[in-house]
Amino acid sequence: MTSVAAARPAARSYAGAFRRRLGTLPKHVVVIGLMVLWLVPTIGLFVNSFRPAAAVQSSGWWNFLAHPSQLTLSNYQYVLAQGGLLPAFVNSLFITIPATIIPLFVAAFAAYAFAWMKFPGKNVLFVAVVGLLVVPLQTTFIPILQLYGTFGLNGQFLALWLAHTGYGLPFAVYLLRNFMGSLPSEVFESAEIDGASPVTAFFRLALPMSVPAIAALAIFQFLFVWNDLLVALIYVGATNPDNAPLTVILANLVSSLGSGWWYLAAAAFIAMSVPLAVFFALQRYFVRGLVSGSVKG
Amino acid sequence: MDPRLITAVIVVVGVPAVLVGYIVATEQLLRLAPERVKPRIRPWLWLLPALAFLFVFLVYPTIRTFIYSLQNAAGTEWVGLANYFWFFGSSGALGALLNNVIWVVLLTVLVLGFGVLIAVLVDRVRYESVAKSVIFLPLAISGTAASVIWLFMFSYQPPGVPQTGTLNAIVTSVGMGPVTYLQTSAFRFNTIMLIIVMAWMWTGFGMVIISAALKGINPELLEAARVDGATEWQVFRRITFPLLAPTLAVVSTTVIITALKTFDIVYVMTNGAYNTNVIANEMWQEMFNFGNFAHGSAVAIILMFAIIPVMAFNIQRFRAQEAIR
Repeated sequence: MTSVAAARPAARSYAGAFRRRLGTLPKHVVVIGLMVLWLVPTIGLFVNSFRPAAAVQSSGWWNFLAHPSQLTLSNYQYVLAQGGLLPAFVNSLFITIPATIIPLFVAAFAAYAFAWMKFPGKNVLFVAVVGLLVVPLQTTFIPILQLYGTFGLNGQFLALWLAHTGYGLPFAVYLLRNFMGSLPSEVFESAEIDGASPVTAFFRLALPMSVPAIAALAIFQFLFVWNDLLVALIYVGATNPDNAPLTVILANLVSSLGSGWWYLAAAAFIAMSVPLAVFFALQRYFVRGLVSGSVKG
Repeated sequence: MDPRLITAVIVVVGVPAVLVGYIVATEQLLRLAPERVKPRIRPWLWLLPALAFLFVFLVYPTIRTFIYSLQNAAGTEWVGLANYFWFFGSSGALGALLNNVIWVVLLTVLVLGFGVLIAVLVDRVRYESVAKSVIFLPLAISGTAASVIWLFMFSYQPPGVPQTGTLNAIVTSVGMGPVTYLQTSAFRFNTIMLIIVMAWMWTGFGMVIISAALKGINPELLEAARVDGATEWQVFRRITFPLLAPTLAVVSTTVIITALKTFDIVYVMTNGAYNTNVIANEMWQEMFNFGNFAHGSAVAIILMFAIIPVMAFNIQRFRAQEAIR
C-alpha cells in the first residue's frame, strides 16, 4: 500500500485538492443516503414508542420535533404491566439461555470427534450431518408435536430447549468441526505422545483454542432462539401462552391491538432491546462467525 | 421465587455437567476395553449425543412427515401422491409457490446488489465501521420486530387525513394519492413490499461477507490495472467482480434458502392475505387452520425438495474446499 501511495504524483495545489474533494462527494452522498434509508424505519418506530396515543394517531413520528414535551414513557409502562411483556421477557430469557448452552456442548464433542479421531465412514457421516441443513423445520413439526404430546412436553420450556438443540446442531457441528480441524495438528500429536487422553486434549487444548468459534456460535444460537417465532409458536404459543416468549406475544399484539400502535411500538422495542445489546457488545464475534460459516439457511 | 428459575438454573448448570460427566465416564469405561478396540469405539461415544438429537429432531420427523404426505388426512389409508396433486392443483398453494419464486429472485438480487454496492463504497470512506453497523443492525432483530417497524412505514390513512406512515407521507407530499402497500396485489406489488422488508434485514449479511472478500483481494492487482490505464469501472468489472464470484455464490445460496423458508414477515404483516401467501405460511395454515396434516406434510416435503439442490451446491463447494485443504 505504501509504495502505491508514494507512486502517486504529489499534486498538492489547492485547486487539485478541491477537485479531489468534489470528486469524492457523490460517494459520501450515496453512503450517507443509504445509512439514512436504513435507519429511518427504526428511528420512526423508536420515536413513536415515546409518543402519546393521540399524537401517534393524528400525525407522523417526525412531528415529535414540534412537540418534544409530549414524549412519555406511558406506552412502555402499559405494555410491561398490562400487555404481558414483562413475563414474556422473562420467558424469552428462560427459553434462550439453556437453548444456547446445550447445543454448544453437544456440538463440541461431535466436532472434536469429526476433526481429530479416525473412524470408518467419517467423511460420509459428516456430510450427512451437514446435509441435514436442508431439512426445513416445517418437516419436523407434526411428528415432534405428536412425540411431545406422548410425553406431555407441549407448552413446556423443555420442549423448546430440546427442539432448538436438535435444530441448531447441523450448523454448530459444521462450524466447530471446521474451526477445530484447522487447529495445528502438531499440538494434538505431541499431546498424544505425552500420554494425554483425548478427554484431556479436548478440555485443555481443543476447547480453549476454539473460543472464537464457540463465541460466534453462541451469539448466533442466542439470537436465533431469541428472535425465533415459528418454533415457539408451534410448541408453546399454541398450547401454553403463559410460557410464550416475546416474539409470540408481539405477533399476537399485532393482531389484537389492531390500531393500538403506540403500544406496539414500545413492545417491539422491548423485544429488540436484547438482540441490539448483544449486537453492539459482540458485533466483532458476530461478524467473524458469519464470515467463517456462511452456510446456515 | 419463580420455580421456573430454579429449573432454568438446574438446566444451565446441570446439562453441561451431565454431558461432561458422560464423556469422562465413557473414557473411564474405555479403560476396561482392550487397547486395540479403544480407538474404534471412542469416536462413536463422542458422537452419540449429537447423533441422538439429530435423529430424534430431524431424521425421524422427516421420514414420518414423508409418510404422512402419502396418506389421507386421518392417516388411515395410503393415497399415493394425492396430496401432492392437491398442491399442484390448488390455486392457493400454487400462488404461494409463485410468491416464493418471486421472493427467491428478488431477495437475491436486492441483497447481492445492495451488498456489493455498499461493500465497495464503504471500503473507500473513513466512517466504514459506523456505516457497516447501521446497515447490519436489522439482521440482529427478529422478523417479528422488523415487521412491526415496517407496518409503521407502510401505514395507510384515507386521502385527506394526515398520513402517519413515513412512506405515504412522502408520497402524498409530492402530490400523489396514498398507497395501500400491503393490500395492492396487482403485479404482486404487496409481495414485493414484503421482500423489501426482508432485504432491509439481510443486506447487512451480504455486505459483511462481500466486504471480507473484497479486503482479501490483493490491492497490487487492482493498482497494476489502474497503472495500465483501466478505468475504475473496468477494474471492478474485469478484476474485482470475477474474484468476488465465489463469495457471491455463497451469499446467494444462503439468501435463496432464507427466501424459500420465509415465514415471520408474511405471518405477522399480512398472514398471507391479498395473495401474499408463501409455502411456509401455507403449511402453517393447512396444519392449524384446517387441521389437515396430510396436506401440511406434503407442503413441507415440497419445501424440502426446493431447498435440496441449493444446499447440495453448498455442500459440493464445501467438499471442494476440503480437497484443497
